[in-house]
Amino acid sequence: MPLLSPSDQEKLRSEFAKMTQSVRLLFFTQTLDCDTCLQTRQILDELPVLSDKIAIDEVNLILDRDRAKQFGVDRAPSVAIVARDDAGTDHDSRIRFAGTPAGYEFISLVQAVLLVGGGRESSLTAESRAQLAALDRPLTLQVFTTPT
Amino acid sequence: MAFASPHVTAIAVEATEFPDLARTYRVSGVPKTVVNDQVEILGAVPQDAFVAEALSAPAHQPEGHA
Repeated sequence: MPLLSPSDQEKLRSEFAKMTQSVRLLFFTQTLDCDTCLQTRQILDELPVLSDKIAIDEVNLILDRDRAKQFGVDRAPSVAIVARDDAGTDHDSRIRFAGTPAGYEFISLVQAVLLVGGGRESSLTAESRAQLAALDRPLTLQVFTTPT
Repeated sequence: MAFASPHVTAIAVEATEFPDLARTYRVSGVPKTVVNDQVEILGAVPQDAFVAEALSAPAHQPEGHA
């Protein structure tokens, strides 16, 4: 049974229809010691059925350590959002979710997918964007949230 | 912000699922943002203040999240 109501599905379908680029959700999971991996997979599975521009790639954190390392992921469940261009080349968006993307985090995930897929504009002001464009060193932002 | 700069990595961390991280970063309220393991931004703050605070963080790569 879908987790989303038919009306929410319809809303998301029309939002995702604005996407111009394909987006892959790299889902980092592990078989043991992960109470929320299954739930996360179920939530992610709601999305590809709403857009042919969204796909899920499951990565086993233990078996595919190199890929996890490449994305700096060391916990499951985690999701990395990757853009795939028309030539089939992947571009890491450097947007990650650690933990189950439920509640408001689901909305954040949808917003991130839309942003990376060209389905919505950045909510940053021109000034913020200019400041960030001038950045010349790595910045890692960890945003802690709780489910609501 | 990660979309606006190739140098920015943004990770949303579900604090209750990773209590060890919440402890390490002394998360007592949410949202709490930790930049390069050093600068802390508490609560929801206006965008210009948030960006300025984040950009004030010294260079540093936290472990585990390259």
